[in-house]
Amino acid sequence: MNTNSNSYTIIYAAIMVVIVAFLLAFVSSSLKETQYKNVEQDTKKQILSAINVTDVKDAEAEFAKYEVKDMLMQADGTLAPYTDAFQVSYKGEIAEKRFHVFECKVDGATKYILPIYGAGLWGPIWGYVALNDDKDTVYGVYFSHAGETPGLGAEIATPKFQAQFAGKKVTENGAIGLTVAKNGKVTKPDYEVDGISGGTITSQGVDAMLKDCLKEYNPFLSNK
Amino acid sequence: MSLFSKKNQEVLLTPLGLNNPVTVQVLGICSALAVTAQLEPAIVMGLSVTIITAFANLVISLLRNTVPNRIRIIVQLVVVATFVTIVSEVLKAFAYDVSVQLSVYIGLIITNCILMGRLEAFAMMNGPWESFLDGIGNGLGYAKILIIVAFFRELLGSGSLFGFKIIPDAVYEMGYLNNGLMLMPPMALIICACVIWYQRAKHKELQESSN
Repeated sequence: MNTNSNSYTIIYAAIMVVIVAFLLAFVSSSLKETQYKNVEQDTKKQILSAINVTDVKDAEAEFAKYEVKDMLMQADGTLAPYTDAFQVSYKGEIAEKRFHVFECKVDGATKYILPIYGAGLWGPIWGYVALNDDKDTVYGVYFSHAGETPGLGAEIATPKFQAQFAGKKVTENGAIGLTVAKNGKVTKPDYEVDGISGGTITSQGVDAMLKDCLKEYNPFLSNK
Repeated sequence: MSLFSKKNQEVLLTPLGLNNPVTVQVLGICSALAVTAQLEPAIVMGLSVTIITAFANLVISLLRNTVPNRIRIIVQLVVVATFVTIVSEVLKAFAYDVSVQLSVYIGLIITNCILMGRLEAFAMMNGPWESFLDGIGNGLGYAKILIIVAFFRELLGSGSLFGFKIIPDAVYEMGYLNNGLMLMPPMALIICACVIWYQRAKHKELQESSN
């Protein structure tokens, strides 16, 4: 057979592509469920990180232990249980005006975890802010990113950066006062944390993310 | 002909030593820099490349007499891309944390020069079994270098191996510090170069004559 003829080449390529397409479609659909569970576990671990629960093996068990409840903020600032399937990305949820609040109990005290998202220098950044039951004092935070510069912007994902947030106040005279200031330029220590030197744009991204998303939660934050 | 004839043993074993894809052929350097800050991702990466090279070699070798010459590189790429996608999907399902750590580098195995090099240079001209062994050998040769580099980078950069602490706190108390440079990509290149240096110093036949 002449393997160099045009028709042979075209038919060969076409058959190969069809076989590969079927194979990949089969692999993808048969693994989809397991993969989705992993993403869900990962999201739950991130939420738990905001209340300083790390090294989680079984996120479901820890969710039960801390009585984490997935709630939605209503227009009047109260919370109502969210009953649909657990969400793994809160960017879409915030854009759709569905504001999730995870209510949980740490050593008997109620904490609220608010999901936030924004943009860093190279790609998306996101995180979770845990507040005490006064809805004003930060209990803990978690930030992550898709592709910030290692050693510079990527430092927002380190415990060292995140630890600065604990104890800060969120609302100042009705506006969001929680701020990531330029490194070494903190003037109001009750509200501001040090940014990352060399990671200015990512730090500004975190600052904007906190302000833009927490602003949306204003009805909840001011409903005491 | 036996399955492990002298020639087949050679095909399997020379890539581990005298014809190592990374240190002698200097292929696949880019991913060797990217995934070697810790041992675990380095091992997973090495195994993934081994599996993909072996099976891509096998498939291409089986197809070698039917592949239209003018689109042979495309056929090779499609086969490699298929295996890479499958490995990436399987990792996402069963080793999620590692797949997050390896992120884009699993997908970038497609562009790993070792693969295309072995397919074009070996699988297109040899039988399926030899090609399969060649793939295993080259993959393991690559994995070996990754593991050596990752061992030094993790030990000296983070003071741990596989994430377990190796250097005790008492040593840190005495003023020992982890070498932050070890965690940066340039250090992978330097360690890789040291391995090449050692290998060439030991095996005179690898040295070019000076004239």
